[in-house]
Amino acid sequence: MSAVEVSAVQVSGVTRRFGDVVALDDVSLEVGHGELVGMLGPNGAGKSTLLSLVSGQRRPDAGVVRLHGNDPRDARARTVLGLTPQETGLPSTLRVREVVDFVGGHYPDPVPTGELLEQFGLADLGKRQTGSLSGGQKRRLAVAMSLVGRPRVVLLDEPTTGLDVSGRTALWDAIREYHAGGGTVLLTSHYLEEVQALAERVVVIDHGTVLADDSLETILSRVGVRRVQLTDAAGVRQEHLVPDSDAFVRDLVTSGTEFRDLEIRGASLEEAFGQLVDGVDGVGRPAGHEAPAEALPETTEGAVR
Amino acid sequence: MSAVASRTTSGNELDDGHTQPFLTLSWLHLKYQFLETVRIPIAVLGNVLFPSLSMFFFVVPQTTVAGNPELATTAVAALGLFAVCSASLFTYGLGVAEDRQLPFYPFLRSLPAGPGPQMVARVLNGGIFSLFGLLPLILIGWLFTAATVTPGQLLAGIGTILGVSVPFVLLGMAIGYALSAKAALPVVQIILFPLAFAGGLFLPPQMFPAWLDAISQATPTRAGRDLLVQATTGVEAYALALPVLAGWTLLFVVLAVVAYRNDEGRRFR
Repeated sequence: MSAVEVSAVQVSGVTRRFGDVVALDDVSLEVGHGELVGMLGPNGAGKSTLLSLVSGQRRPDAGVVRLHGNDPRDARARTVLGLTPQETGLPSTLRVREVVDFVGGHYPDPVPTGELLEQFGLADLGKRQTGSLSGGQKRRLAVAMSLVGRPRVVLLDEPTTGLDVSGRTALWDAIREYHAGGGTVLLTSHYLEEVQALAERVVVIDHGTVLADDSLETILSRVGVRRVQLTDAAGVRQEHLVPDSDAFVRDLVTSGTEFRDLEIRGASLEEAFGQLVDGVDGVGRPAGHEAPAEALPETTEGAVR
Repeated sequence: MSAVASRTTSGNELDDGHTQPFLTLSWLHLKYQFLETVRIPIAVLGNVLFPSLSMFFFVVPQTTVAGNPELATTAVAALGLFAVCSASLFTYGLGVAEDRQLPFYPFLRSLPAGPGPQMVARVLNGGIFSLFGLLPLILIGWLFTAATVTPGQLLAGIGTILGVSVPFVLLGMAIGYALSAKAALPVVQIILFPLAFAGGLFLPPQMFPAWLDAISQATPTRAGRDLLVQATTGVEAYALALPVLAGWTLLFVVLAVVAYRNDEGRRFR
């Protein structure tokens, strides 16, 4: 191994099967020091499996996984690693302070528990059993647990799922701050907004393969689809996935077509993946959603129902 | 939220990294496991009550046993060992299997600590709760039967029973890491009761026919029982008791480690 340039996280040619299911199929991914990489993909895409390999919980069937140049299956390699437990996975009878002390005790120079709880707005809850925390408090505790050991690499698995806006923003700030201090972050999400808010580089995974690995801007332009719903004159509800909803609506209005109950929202990732993988997606959507902006509702082949 | 990562370096210096010292980590895991166990009082209570109740039902009413110092002490020792075996096999066989199904478990395995400290902590934690179970048993033996030990014999007995519990804790862990909780329960029962019977924990082995006695002497329960009886009454154990127990311990260490290593991902097959 060259002592010159070792990536923070290196995954090369990794395949991992669970019985007949191929969770990861020849995946390669390299994360440099100080990078903040977002991993996007629907549930079951292979994100969590990838994280479990990087954190040494599982071993790949083929390929190599390295953490700061070392095999993460070796406990010593994991002294540079921090990660979040799943929200539901906190030991419910232990107190907040006890859990943080326990995790911090594994590291040579942990953040003092009081200080950490203060940072995450949990100072008043130190004596509470984790089972009695609200969803948002559990999320904050989970992220705090990932940072208590002053790790160099942090794996965040769905860090803000189920949080309200203010809770989410506070956690995002904490993650940004960690990153600004030179830390490497690999985070998964199935929320486009989350990755959009944090990541510089985005890796899109589905069906165990890397579909795209590029800068945030490039990926956004590829998956930035909008979903437009409306009820036409005949009372039929229509749904269109369009790259530019403004243009679509402008054309819709100009065309004079009758419609009501217009609704526009960002396409969910699964819908966006339909765009990205162009019909070979596994979410059961018919191929060819891309309704051209100039197409009128009556003639759109992308109309569903 | 101030800089958590103030000391983070983006370094590519290749320091190997060292985990915290083994003893520190073992103590950490012991504290964690003890708190987790003790916060569910019914589990602790069950451990404490079971041997005491058996004592009241099966030993105290039998005056020929309860009135004879040597027989009564032997009965307390045998029941104590059964309690410890059962606590070890159930707590570890079932407890570990259940833990592995908890979502916190993968997180535990990714902390910078090998399997060693966690296993040491489990063994010690098992010992602590076995002691909780033994205490009332010893009191009942003292107050309601003719069982008698010198303070030296008592200490030797407690030390021996904790030592003897080690292979059973390891066997429990091997089962817990190898099987799901649903499978672990019947397997523990299938293993525990024949072992306890053949080891003379229910009936004194003096009542066994020669062929059964021969089998009995090869079991870890019999070896443990006789060593315990020797420590508390002075009646010499058979010569092979210690090697037999050591042999089983070694085998169970290997099984537990192999089961732990193979554990990852098994649940998802």
